[in-house]
Amino acid sequence: MTRQTKVMPSLGEAIRQSGLRDGMTISFHHHLREGDRVLNSVLAECSVLGLKDLTVNASALMGCHRSILDFVRDGTVTGIECNFMHAQIGQAISRGALEREVVFRSHGGRPAAMDRGESRIDVAFIAASAADATGNCNGKQGNAAFGSIGYAMPDAEHAQYVVVVTDQLFEYPLIGASISEESVDAVVVIDSIGDPLRIMSGTTRVTRDPIGLLIAEQAAKAIGASGLLRDGFTFQTGAGGTSLAVAQYLGEIMREQGIVGRFASGGITGLLVNLLREGLFETLLDVQCFDREAVLSIGEDARHGEISATRYASPAAKSSVVDHLDVVILGATEIDTDFNVNVHTDSNGVIMGGSGGHSDTAAGAKLSIIVAPIMRARMPLIVDRVGTISTPGEDIDLLVTQYGLACNPRRSELASRLERAGLPVVPIHDLKAKAESITGVPTRSTHKGRPIARVISRDGMLLDTIAMIED
Amino acid sequence: MKRSYLFLPGNQPTMLQNGAVLPADVLIFDLEDSVAPAEKDAARELVASALRSIDYGRRGLAVRINDLEKLYVKKDLEAVVTAGARSVMVPKVNGARTLHHVAVMLDLIEEECGIEKGRTKVIALIETALGIEKAFEAAMSTPRVEALALGGEDLCADLGCPRTKEGTEIFYSRSRLLLAARAAGVDAVDTPFTDARDEEGCYDDTVYARDLGFDGKLSISPHHLRPIHRAFTPTEEAVAFALEVVDAMERAKREGRGAVSLRGKMIDLPVLRQAERTLELARASGMLTAETEGASL
Repeated sequence: MTRQTKVMPSLGEAIRQSGLRDGMTISFHHHLREGDRVLNSVLAECSVLGLKDLTVNASALMGCHRSILDFVRDGTVTGIECNFMHAQIGQAISRGALEREVVFRSHGGRPAAMDRGESRIDVAFIAASAADATGNCNGKQGNAAFGSIGYAMPDAEHAQYVVVVTDQLFEYPLIGASISEESVDAVVVIDSIGDPLRIMSGTTRVTRDPIGLLIAEQAAKAIGASGLLRDGFTFQTGAGGTSLAVAQYLGEIMREQGIVGRFASGGITGLLVNLLREGLFETLLDVQCFDREAVLSIGEDARHGEISATRYASPAAKSSVVDHLDVVILGATEIDTDFNVNVHTDSNGVIMGGSGGHSDTAAGAKLSIIVAPIMRARMPLIVDRVGTISTPGEDIDLLVTQYGLACNPRRSELASRLERAGLPVVPIHDLKAKAESITGVPTRSTHKGRPIARVISRDGMLLDTIAMIED
Repeated sequence: MKRSYLFLPGNQPTMLQNGAVLPADVLIFDLEDSVAPAEKDAARELVASALRSIDYGRRGLAVRINDLEKLYVKKDLEAVVTAGARSVMVPKVNGARTLHHVAVMLDLIEEECGIEKGRTKVIALIETALGIEKAFEAAMSTPRVEALALGGEDLCADLGCPRTKEGTEIFYSRSRLLLAARAAGVDAVDTPFTDARDEEGCYDDTVYARDLGFDGKLSISPHHLRPIHRAFTPTEEAVAFALEVVDAMERAKREGRGAVSLRGKMIDLPVLRQAERTLELARASGMLTAETEGASL
């Protein structure tokens, strides 16, 4: 018996064949970051087909996805679930653009919600830079290669219907597929899935800011003094100029002391690729490539492995990479005196980000370090209570600023180690007072509009709500 | 130990704030080249305010005033001395005369403000051929002089030669300034390295100056502080040897001898002075603390 071909003549036909109806949920990944064209193209087709009341479940909504607001206005989209939302979309959502509350999860919480049956995906649209006619696909080959396709793997596993969207069709069988044909219902070839050169953003380069470098150097010294830096060390750093600078300084310490780490994980940059090539880490576990160097490396180097979002960080998995982490370096827009961290909203309460893997890695790692200056644009970093709890303070161990290091009081043994190493450990209240002596104490609006978003913890519990901003 | 002298533009509040955490040994708030004429008054007020209100810890604080040919000098000195500056850097010093003028003004300001006479020290920035020729005279002109510093860019413009990374063209000027400083008993501070992105180049340039005998180096970029400090960090072997020398000389002193043999070599006062300088650098770079020094000895 010959099976019907999976290759659809157009996106519209693939959507029709999928059985997508009003009120259903469609999903996307964000591996092409600011270069992605698939989410916008699919929504445009859905709008043309007259579909209404759809929920978009995306691992992240980037600035290039801002046309989603047009489809919110015409009623095509009435629900959004994501792990990160760019400020360009967040500003509209915070002003009440969407009637229903946005659901924010983490990179590990998203696949966990699918595993637990709390999050249903009706049709997954998976952008792939290389695919064959049966849906074997990856992000490592093809002209628009973007590297790891880890965030889409749970979608392929759980969605009722899976559409692979590619701009380069290979002969069957595609060798080295990351998602394989048994999960895929349809394949669509379009002109372009996006611009891989726009994977990299400014935040994936090591900072040149002297204060950022100073903070990074102190953080690297703190890791050195923590007792965790030894052969077999495991490490993750977020995308952000200062976080990446920590990796650079850490590399110097490892080189000097002859230490070889077991793995570095998470979003991978050229900087980590260089540490791998130099032999300072044995492997990279890559859920997302942040730049061209990482994309090339994952396609060529067997030590640079691709992992799914589930394996990366899902608390519903039998084990995951974050649970093996010694140290993670993270950022914060706000941190409070109980060490709760906000990466969802700005100082005015407007959505400008999301957890991504923040809360997952903080929960898993033995030492979670926040690196941040004590003030930004005259706004103090440390507050009495964060506007939104993205990561609970119990999972944060250390805050490193240019004016000193504040240890979570739950980690008194860490504070002793850092003090013994001559590092300037100070109470978090002192750092708050220092910033306020420069900036003054900002007054916050106490007026709160209706809830417009829910932040769900990686375990599926309500962590916080975000209120509407009224101008 | 003053290894690094970092210039901070006097008209940039964020940079003045950042100075409180940057690891420079000395901060130089600049009112001269980095401030446009229209901003001179505002920068002067900003620097004075920073000196009064920001806690710079143990860093040395100096202010580069405008050159004496400009009208701003008296105002500069009044503002920064009353705000607590302990050092002023005087640009384009061409011999004793320049510094006499400054010293007279400082005498008056200190007297008017009830500040101990002579408290405000002077770093003489030598950046012309005439300045090099008269460097010793300048260093001896007033007891306020604590250091001679070299400005290589202006000097090369005056000499009519290109300024290169290798610095061959200023070898003689460096040596001449160093001799003048040593003869006068003041510190010698080397010219800044001007490529902010080339940290290795800065390191090499600092090693070169260090080996000539310079005590420290001017810096126009916070990115140069690490390489400068690295260059002035002695090796562990040198520190261990210096500790042994100090120990041996203390024993010799107790025994009433002026020299002593260590590992088959004669150790005397010049060797002790070198050892003490090595230990000073080791303390400045954090290699030695009171605790570790005690243990080593």
